[in-house]
Amino acid sequence: MSVREFSLVVFLISAVAGFLGSLTGLGGGVVITPVLTLLLGVDLHYAMGASLVSVIATSSGAAAAYVREGFSNVRVGMFLEIATTLGAVAGAHLTAVVPGSALAVVFGLVLLYSAWNSFRNLEDHVAPEPDPLATKLRLDGDYPGPQGRIRYHVQRVKAGFSLMFGAGLLSGLLGIGSGAMKVIAMDQIMRIPFKVSTTTSNFMIGVTAAASAGIYLHQGYIDPGLAMPVMLGVLAGSLVGARKLIGSGTKALRWVFAGVVGVMAVEMIYGGISGGLK
Amino acid sequence: MTDDRMDLIIANLLRTGVILAAATVAAGGVWYHFEFGADPVTYKSFHAGPHSIHSILQMGHSQLLILIGLLILIATPVARVVFSLVAFSLERDWVFVWITSVVLAILLYSMVAAWW
Repeated sequence: MSVREFSLVVFLISAVAGFLGSLTGLGGGVVITPVLTLLLGVDLHYAMGASLVSVIATSSGAAAAYVREGFSNVRVGMFLEIATTLGAVAGAHLTAVVPGSALAVVFGLVLLYSAWNSFRNLEDHVAPEPDPLATKLRLDGDYPGPQGRIRYHVQRVKAGFSLMFGAGLLSGLLGIGSGAMKVIAMDQIMRIPFKVSTTTSNFMIGVTAAASAGIYLHQGYIDPGLAMPVMLGVLAGSLVGARKLIGSGTKALRWVFAGVVGVMAVEMIYGGISGGLK
Repeated sequence: MTDDRMDLIIANLLRTGVILAAATVAAGGVWYHFEFGADPVTYKSFHAGPHSIHSILQMGHSQLLILIGLLILIATPVARVVFSLVAFSLERDWVFVWITSVVLAILLYSMVAAWW
């Protein structure tokens, strides 16, 4: 395949990745890495670099729209970022002592369960009482609904924060985006409305990914020729995805989320088992 | 400074960064395709290894231009955190000034640590 044909194929796949990534708050890596490695025969290191670029592009591309429309909760994002970035740094240092393949299988099963859970409770939970810590940190907010803005209270701030540390730890250990755990923690533990959870996750993953960018650049994982169609494709897709999310109902978004997380879980379990057999 | 005003500025900051990055990468991409568009693809095996600033500067000029665009893209979320720090200071929300400073410190540490 020539560089020109290859770039066109990668651009189109990346557009799909950016679309799904911005709708679900998971970033584009779920689609990019397996397609590049399994279908196009790209080496895993380059695929990881491309995936990192896709996460930052999805995040920044869609976040502009989400923040402006008042979906992303900037305070919640900032507060939880401490936990995820600290977790990621700790995880990156633990890779030598923790068996990654076994962990991938366990994490895959957790994701499968969460996908099932998200799918079972299609309606948003409404929390009547504010958490005192959320009030103190001014985390509660509102977001645009079909009939004006809807107010919500953030619940179980401490539990959510701890789970975010775990999400960061796993992403550092397994080298995968922690977007899924972020959305799950905000949606199912902290009882933040689903659209706010995914868009806040989308806002956060750019920062978490930027933290790894230094290492990836240094190791030569980011190849400009490959990153170029990935970035442009993902951006195009994420802009379309952001528009779509604003007009979509929570139920439909949960369906897409459960589907993408399910695929991610299977990828992870498969990778863990095949990696463990080597 | 209110939270709503901060949101608007963050949104514009992100959009400006993304447009600038995309334009630079696209320009580098067109140039790259004039030079190498007809060549076969070579991503089957990994042959880069650790880079230094020096080895990066030896890349082809079109690739370097794409890389500059990617650096703008990577810098965009960092700039967003820096701006949040300023905004929370103006709001005199000291808890969040502290939270944002910690995030920024970890972020900068992990970006730069690999190069030493």
